[in-house]
Amino acid sequence: MNTPVSVLLFGITRDLTGQSAVSVPISEGARVSDLLDQLYQEYPKLSGIRSLLVAVNGEYAEVDQVLTSKDEIALIPPVSGG
Amino acid sequence: MISLTSDPIDVASALTYLQSDQAGALDLFLGVVRDNTQERPVDRLEYEAYDRMAISEMQKIADEAHRRWPILRYTIIHRKGVLAIGETAIFIGVATAHRADAFDACRFMIDTIKQTVPIWKKEVFTDGEVWVNAHP
Repeated sequence: MNTPVSVLLFGITRDLTGQSAVSVPISEGARVSDLLDQLYQEYPKLSGIRSLLVAVNGEYAEVDQVLTSKDEIALIPPVSGG
Repeated sequence: MISLTSDPIDVASALTYLQSDQAGALDLFLGVVRDNTQERPVDRLEYEAYDRMAISEMQKIADEAHRRWPILRYTIIHRKGVLAIGETAIFIGVATAHRADAFDACRFMIDTIKQTVPIWKKEVFTDGEVWVNAHP
């Protein structure tokens, strides 16, 4: 069964999708890499970004981290602060 | 002290915060909005942050700096929103007993912030705009 999770978008990812958050259906036990695959399918323009990391609950996540519907998920395009 | 603010950075009060009787060295780094990028004229910068994570990542960097150097006080203030030429985007201040530690810790902080803190800068030119570092 697929559960929708909300993914926060910032910077170029927000411009490319035209949204500040997108809803992505994930299956039980889905990992960060599965989420990225789905996002790339839904929004092919995201693949033009130099690198795309995922943060889960405010921490950088590895690609094999398992997601739950309670997680706060964010896409992190290359940072450019300072 | 770490903060993320939409208001102009008050350098004088940040400096006052850093001072103490034990500090023989205060090292300040100010990142300032420049009027060009590779000779292309910049009109303004727009900074966006994932606030909660930006604060926690800056705290991690400060904690790591504390482990590496004998820091007495520090301040990291990052600005967000729309910044005009000449405005301060980031203020980093480090107070230590001796100058070498202050220089090294300050440099470590700004270099690491640029690598890991989820803050994004958009350069707005007179004829277009670009998110810095985003494209291959």
